[in-house]
Amino acid sequence: MAKVRTGIIGIGKMGISHLAILGAHPDVEVVGVCDNSKMMIDAIEKYSSFPCFTDHKKMLDTAKPDAVLVAVPTRFHASMVNELLDRNIHVFAEKPFVLKPEEGQPLVDKAKQKGLVNQVGYHNKFLGTFREVKKIVESGLLGDIYHFHGQAYGPVVTKPKSDTWRSSPEEGGGCLMDYASHVIDLINYLLSPVSGARGSELKSIFSKQVDDAVYSTLVLSNGVSGNLSVNWSDETYRKMTTSITINGTTGKLISDANELKVFFHSNNTPAGYSKGWNIKYLTDLTPTVDYYLRGEEYSAQLDYFIKAVQGKGPNALNTFESALQTDKAISFIRQAQK
Amino acid sequence: MDRILFGDNQFFAVNHISDDKSMAQSMKFKEDSAIIRTLDYAINAGVDTFMCTTHDRIANICEYVRQHPDHYKNFKIFPCMPYAHKYANAMTELGIAGTIKQYVPGNVFGSFFKGGVAFLSKDYLSIMELLIDAEMKMFKGVNTPVIFLQNVMTDMLLGMGMKEVLVAFHQYVQKKYNAEAGFITMNMPKLVEFFEGTPVKNPIICASINKVGFRMSGGKELYEHTLKTKQFRAIAMQVLAGGAVPPKEALEYVCSLPNIESILFGASSKTNIEETVSLIHKFDGVAKS
Repeated sequence: MAKVRTGIIGIGKMGISHLAILGAHPDVEVVGVCDNSKMMIDAIEKYSSFPCFTDHKKMLDTAKPDAVLVAVPTRFHASMVNELLDRNIHVFAEKPFVLKPEEGQPLVDKAKQKGLVNQVGYHNKFLGTFREVKKIVESGLLGDIYHFHGQAYGPVVTKPKSDTWRSSPEEGGGCLMDYASHVIDLINYLLSPVSGARGSELKSIFSKQVDDAVYSTLVLSNGVSGNLSVNWSDETYRKMTTSITINGTTGKLISDANELKVFFHSNNTPAGYSKGWNIKYLTDLTPTVDYYLRGEEYSAQLDYFIKAVQGKGPNALNTFESALQTDKAISFIRQAQK
Repeated sequence: MDRILFGDNQFFAVNHISDDKSMAQSMKFKEDSAIIRTLDYAINAGVDTFMCTTHDRIANICEYVRQHPDHYKNFKIFPCMPYAHKYANAMTELGIAGTIKQYVPGNVFGSFFKGGVAFLSKDYLSIMELLIDAEMKMFKGVNTPVIFLQNVMTDMLLGMGMKEVLVAFHQYVQKKYNAEAGFITMNMPKLVEFFEGTPVKNPIICASINKVGFRMSGGKELYEHTLKTKQFRAIAMQVLAGGAVPPKEALEYVCSLPNIESILFGASSKTNIEETVSLIHKFDGVAKS
């Protein structure tokens, strides 16, 4: 089978990691790498064999990719994704999907109507632990779920510092957009889409213009409510740590990326579990990938995208549609500030 | 290289399995004296090499080692750079250019320093050399016979096909620090192949090697085949697969493999350190007879 001709726009922290994964993927030919930073592009041009561009239109015209990864700042997503869809190109966009939810629906519709593969980079769904959580929730054996607590903590902004696009609210910066979006997306996926928020607190701890922490009560479309607690100015964490607790009438579950702990009230449990506490680890739940960088989930999500483009796999996880629900939830949380 | 190398994950709250354990470790090793005490347990068990990331706190350990030359006369450190989370967290906030600006000594975007000149002339390898020098500063006066590139960097360069940069790392640490380069990777078979035909002969490669295939990209069979058929100096890490394999079984497996020069392990307690060392000796003995 011919390789998928793939381009990438935006060589920042995520872009460069995607590029390395694509570079190592046996079914991918990287036909174009684009960034408007001369420094990054010159370095890639000098030391790799990828064709490099500083103008994405030129890349699309010359390289004619089948699929493109968009890893530019969030405020550019909507127009760029739209342009790619108009050119009948399959799109993988970094998260969050769009800055304003109203920009998202036309893109969802266009991708659907044109039959183009569309995916957004919420990588937690490709972790064996969270996938197992989904199975347990779907089994119904936690009983009636009445509460959840989703959290993420990490040490991104731990002292007052200079401003970049990530510190500008108009450009998609801040803890809510960058960090909390992962947790919200996970809640949408594991439980039910967020349909409203009550009493949100967005706190600036060290940043001048954006939030460094977000605390909110979320209401889901199935009626269950729970808490969101996210803080990227917590230096007691070495790196981003995301976890979710789910309380049901016959069980309770606590899971992060590495470790899943679940308690069952009785012997009515999923196969492989028993009454009382059960612990499962990422090592038991995550399949080996062919190339590893920073986590199995990053390779797995791109592999999933490439397979969908090849027609060898589904385009069901992390679609534009599901990512748009996360963008909507972000708006609800903002609106629910006092 | 010694047969057994002592690692540092336990000191810096790196636990691939449990965030709770990771926080407990962070509390346990709050004081540098707790780290030094544990290093001494390892030394007393006959393990003289400490393989560690270039975490800020290692500077204090190096200072202690320099102050006690007699006690640490056979002691070696294998630095592993860069301390990736420092840069990754900075990149989330400052972007790539901002991160370089923050960590390259002097003002890389000015034009009067080596860095400035290097940047303007697009001499990225000189920028890399400046970053290596910045990370190596803390080890001055300490024996560092092997200097490692961390897996995030190795694997990123591998994925992008940047052979020249990996070779340049190898050549620079040899020239400037009279040390051998080592490469940590999660993609051992691919990396071994990548180095074929380059000036990096018989490379030192540190990779996850364990009985359950954890973080062995491409699969355990491919790793075993690579160990059997290729020429390189392997260091096995994550031999316990984050706790998924019991120590005895884990070490028996690793000791039975061909071509593994060293085994890297970390532990917080005297008992665990002694137990691991004696198990390795035991299985090495079995393998030899």
